[in-house]
Amino acid sequence: MPERGGRLLPLLLLLGGCSGASILRPGGPIGANNRTILLDSLVIMLAIILPTMLATLAFAWWFRAGNRKAKYRPAFVYSGRIELIVWSIPLLTILFLSGLIWIGSHALDPAKPLAEKTPPLEVQVVSLDWKWLFVYPAQGIATLNGAVVPTGVPVRFRLTSASVMNSFFVPRLGSQIYTMNGMATTLHLQADRPGSYYGQSAHFSGDGFSDMHFRLQAVPVAEFTRWVAGVKAAGGLLDGRAYRVLARQSQHEPAKHWSAVQPGLFDMVVAQHLPPAPGPEQGRDGQPQISPGTAE
Amino acid sequence: MTAKAQDPYRIGRGGSGNSNTGRGEGGPASKRTTVGYGFWIYLLSDIILFSGFFAAYAVLAKQTAGGPGPRELFGQERVALETAALLLSSFTCGLAGVAAEKRKLLPAQLWLLATGLLGAVFLGLELTEFAEMIGEGAGPQRSAFLSAFYGLVGLHGLHIAVGLLWLGTMMAQLWVKGFRPQVLRRLMCFNLFWHALDIVWVGIFTMVYLMGVAP
Amino acid sequence: MLGKLTWSAIPFSQPIPLIAAGGVGLALLAVLGWITVKGHLPYLWKEWITSVDHKRIGVMYVLLGLVMLLRGFVDAIMMRTQQASAIGHAQGYLPPEHYDQIFSAHGTIMIFFGAMPVVIGLMNFVVPLQLGVRDVAFPTLNSTSFWLTAAGALLVNMSLVIGEFARTGWLPYAPLSETTYSPGVGVDYYVWAIQISGVGTLMSGINLVTTILKLRAPGMGYLRMPMFCWTALGANMLIVAAFPILTATLAMLTLDRYLGFHFFTNEAGGNMMMFVNLIWAWGHPEVYILILPAFGIFSEIFSTFSSKPLFGYRSMVAATLFIVVVSFTVWLHHFFTMGAGADVNAAFGVATSIIAVGTGVKIYNWLFTMYGGRLRFPTPMLWSLAFMMTFVIGGMTGVLLAVPPADFMLHNSMFLVAHFHNVINSGVIFGAFAGITYWFPKAFGFRLDEFWGKMAFWLTLAGFLIVFGALYVLGLEGMTRRLQHIDFTEWAPWLYVSVAGIGVMILGVAAQILQIVVSIRNREALRDETGDPWDGRSLEWATSSPPPAFNFAVLPKVHGEEPYWTIKRQAIESQGLADEPKYEAIEMPRNSATGVVTAFFATLIGFAMIWSIWWLAALGFVGAYATFVVFAWRDEEEKEIPAEEVARIDRARRAARRKWLEDNREQPA
Repeated sequence: MPERGGRLLPLLLLLGGCSGASILRPGGPIGANNRTILLDSLVIMLAIILPTMLATLAFAWWFRAGNRKAKYRPAFVYSGRIELIVWSIPLLTILFLSGLIWIGSHALDPAKPLAEKTPPLEVQVVSLDWKWLFVYPAQGIATLNGAVVPTGVPVRFRLTSASVMNSFFVPRLGSQIYTMNGMATTLHLQADRPGSYYGQSAHFSGDGFSDMHFRLQAVPVAEFTRWVAGVKAAGGLLDGRAYRVLARQSQHEPAKHWSAVQPGLFDMVVAQHLPPAPGPEQGRDGQPQISPGTAE
Repeated sequence: MTAKAQDPYRIGRGGSGNSNTGRGEGGPASKRTTVGYGFWIYLLSDIILFSGFFAAYAVLAKQTAGGPGPRELFGQERVALETAALLLSSFTCGLAGVAAEKRKLLPAQLWLLATGLLGAVFLGLELTEFAEMIGEGAGPQRSAFLSAFYGLVGLHGLHIAVGLLWLGTMMAQLWVKGFRPQVLRRLMCFNLFWHALDIVWVGIFTMVYLMGVAP
Repeated sequence: MLGKLTWSAIPFSQPIPLIAAGGVGLALLAVLGWITVKGHLPYLWKEWITSVDHKRIGVMYVLLGLVMLLRGFVDAIMMRTQQASAIGHAQGYLPPEHYDQIFSAHGTIMIFFGAMPVVIGLMNFVVPLQLGVRDVAFPTLNSTSFWLTAAGALLVNMSLVIGEFARTGWLPYAPLSETTYSPGVGVDYYVWAIQISGVGTLMSGINLVTTILKLRAPGMGYLRMPMFCWTALGANMLIVAAFPILTATLAMLTLDRYLGFHFFTNEAGGNMMMFVNLIWAWGHPEVYILILPAFGIFSEIFSTFSSKPLFGYRSMVAATLFIVVVSFTVWLHHFFTMGAGADVNAAFGVATSIIAVGTGVKIYNWLFTMYGGRLRFPTPMLWSLAFMMTFVIGGMTGVLLAVPPADFMLHNSMFLVAHFHNVINSGVIFGAFAGITYWFPKAFGFRLDEFWGKMAFWLTLAGFLIVFGALYVLGLEGMTRRLQHIDFTEWAPWLYVSVAGIGVMILGVAAQILQIVVSIRNREALRDETGDPWDGRSLEWATSSPPPAFNFAVLPKVHGEEPYWTIKRQAIESQGLADEPKYEAIEMPRNSATGVVTAFFATLIGFAMIWSIWWLAALGFVGAYATFVVFAWRDEEEKEIPAEEVARIDRARRAARRKWLEDNREQPA
């Protein structure tokens, strides 16, 4: 079946595969498997959709009132045989598809670790108004609005939100998942090809939402190690106090990094030991209770 | 024979007399049937409204956020009294219905009055409970559990309050206009409404007050 | 005194809403002035505003829906042009705080105040006629339902210039909609507008369910009801079962916002996931509330214009009820990406694709309705065929989104936007236009102009394909929705394509308006004398166009599935109408201002609560209660139409039918 989907691919790529964020050009195994399931389902569906569309056109054309050759059969209102087919075609298709759904959901559950020999790299992600914070607990560093991961190594993302819901989505790597305050979600991804991957929030979170995108750089392991060392040398400490400042609403924050992170910072956010972030402070004529303004 | 009687299919007045056939093949049902039927459907939708709040309570029951839980808050005696008042009011409401069927004005009014008074007792007890809890710092802002509690129990209380307003209006109307068909239909609907609130209360009693303090 | 209401409420710094509202205000004043000067006000008050006639209320519902669809379409134009003009470093012409209101208002208006009123209006107008009865079960309640919907629409439109509208999307997901993150009045406008109109919708649902189950012409058993009545029954049962969930959810949000409760907050144990679950437990059935009546419309149209009864009627009834039940078991597919776990996601994915079986059955039955038919292609049939061709694509992409691993990449993307616009446009909107064109002659006594109707059809279809084709591609390109500006420039070409498509759609809308204008001017030429312009099959075509207030002089006796077709065949075969019945006086419910007055007080309550003007809110409640008491106290509930009047009206109809019979003597249809 992947091959059949594969044959459809050039056509789809022509339509929707030309940008650097296309989900049809996966950069890792999760994205590739998601795409396979998408294309398989598409093929299964097209197998019944296309004949139906053709039959619609054909019937409408042939049985037009002006066609003397078409037989008028006003009494043709029920046929047990046709009813049987009419119910069983969609039912069988859906049965077939249900198998795909069941297997796919389990195989590609975001919380399921990837079957790789290399131990995963853990990256903790906090969505803030309106920026992304990445914490590397093992390395003890943190970055804002940009992250670097090694290629060929599974990445275990643990995600939460400082304020409202967001969705963490790097289209070419595959699955997305929500970030929510007071709880943590888990997502496993892997980048096989080096490159700069476009990432974004895929759940509307307020006025600064459009700027909640970032670049995820996938680099070879050696380069990743060098990058970590560079960040460690650059200085800066992200502790609870710095986090509280960061959590206030702001837009257009440039990418930055910290060489040290207070241990357990992410879990403090999840457990709300660091309280949920405040909302807007300004507003029209200084009154946020009528129409809050955008923080610049 | 009046013209009215000659047109058998006036809106909702239905065919001959009270022919409310099950499959409706005898033409439109009588006004009494349609009103009762429509009100039943409203009650079903109201039950769904309550089930939204029941679901919220079930989800949030453990979220006390360090504040007091059911065991510290709920006293059994008052709830027993509230339940008794409400169940008794349903009984008197039924008696009012019976009296109305027999077109006995004074008994009907007295039973309706009893229903209203018992309902007011229930509401008063509930409000004192709320006031005491809020006085102890256990208001709805304290925790999600308390929000869900005030939401669910308060919604029921609001229904009782609206019911009392309805009851009072209807008693006044009964006094002024007597047993008119539309007043009788409203009385039937009120009976259904009041019994439905009883059923909801049994749910609240079980889920909030009994299961909440169960070990 | 005035709560939060100050001059800051007016967005003096934003010219677009001010100018727009100024224009709308002037237009409204001009219309009102014209009506007053011409002396139409008493007529409007007596014959329309206080009318409890289901046909009048249906027409007003549809009119409200069409006006609001236009408003929502203007929002859509702004969204498409804003995105296309804000690529790279450009910021477009709408700042985020304005753009966010526009997409929220677009969704809210299109669903609650555009699509819903049109669909409910058509059911209101058609169902009692098809059932062969005089009105709905509760006519005054019906009027109240309509005016409450209008009150909600009014509040939403007021938010344009007084304060702001929600900036949360059309479903105000917590915690973004909580006071911490949305301290403005926008969410309050949303909540009160939806609650008020939601009460109206619920009452309308109760009304129509009771009507269909309890008021039918003698002999019309359940399995003799036209398909549209069945789908209307399904949709209204869903309203009764689903709208209370919406009411409960928004009530909880209101308690959170006004009294500091913690249902959905981040703090004190609130649960935002509960909001998402509850809102979609209503939201998914809502989709079927909209689409089921459209399915009914298509069933009527395919049957009429194929000159055949509907194929597989019982199968269609079964499929409708199947959809009604299953629609309550699929809500979780709106948030597969919340991390619920593989078993839950898989179960809801399977349930979601199962619901496609019911729709698939319907598609095939329509297909076989056409098989062996004698097809005519006036505008309603074109909309229906376009629906068949495009809805299957929307259904297909819907099933793709029901596959969790695929949804993990497509969730909240432009692909999703394209999908639900695909199904709602080609289902509900095409269905609405098909239904409006189909039943317009019944409502007004003349047909709509075919040339402009076909122009509108082709332009709308083309525009729709271009816009949403482009959005499908953008979704595959990884673009998410609700972006005020686009920093990722590679999406630009497809955004430009979608703007081109919206340009074509603007022409389509213009053609729709022209169609109505031209038809009104040529109404004499388009007049429908017989009451049966399409060679119809169900009872609404048995009475005159427009039908008299009492619909039928004598309630028809139903002996089979297509009662009017049977009557018509008998008339043609015997070359004569049935004997003139003995006319009786008819009692119809009296008009009542209860609905419009209640809605006035509801608007007052809503506005007062939004702006925290507590005394005004209290006044509104007292007023609403007083209105209710006045209604309950009235002595005369009905007015009598004398037998002579009934006879005069019905004899005119019979004369027209007799003439039609003579004109068609040579070639029986």
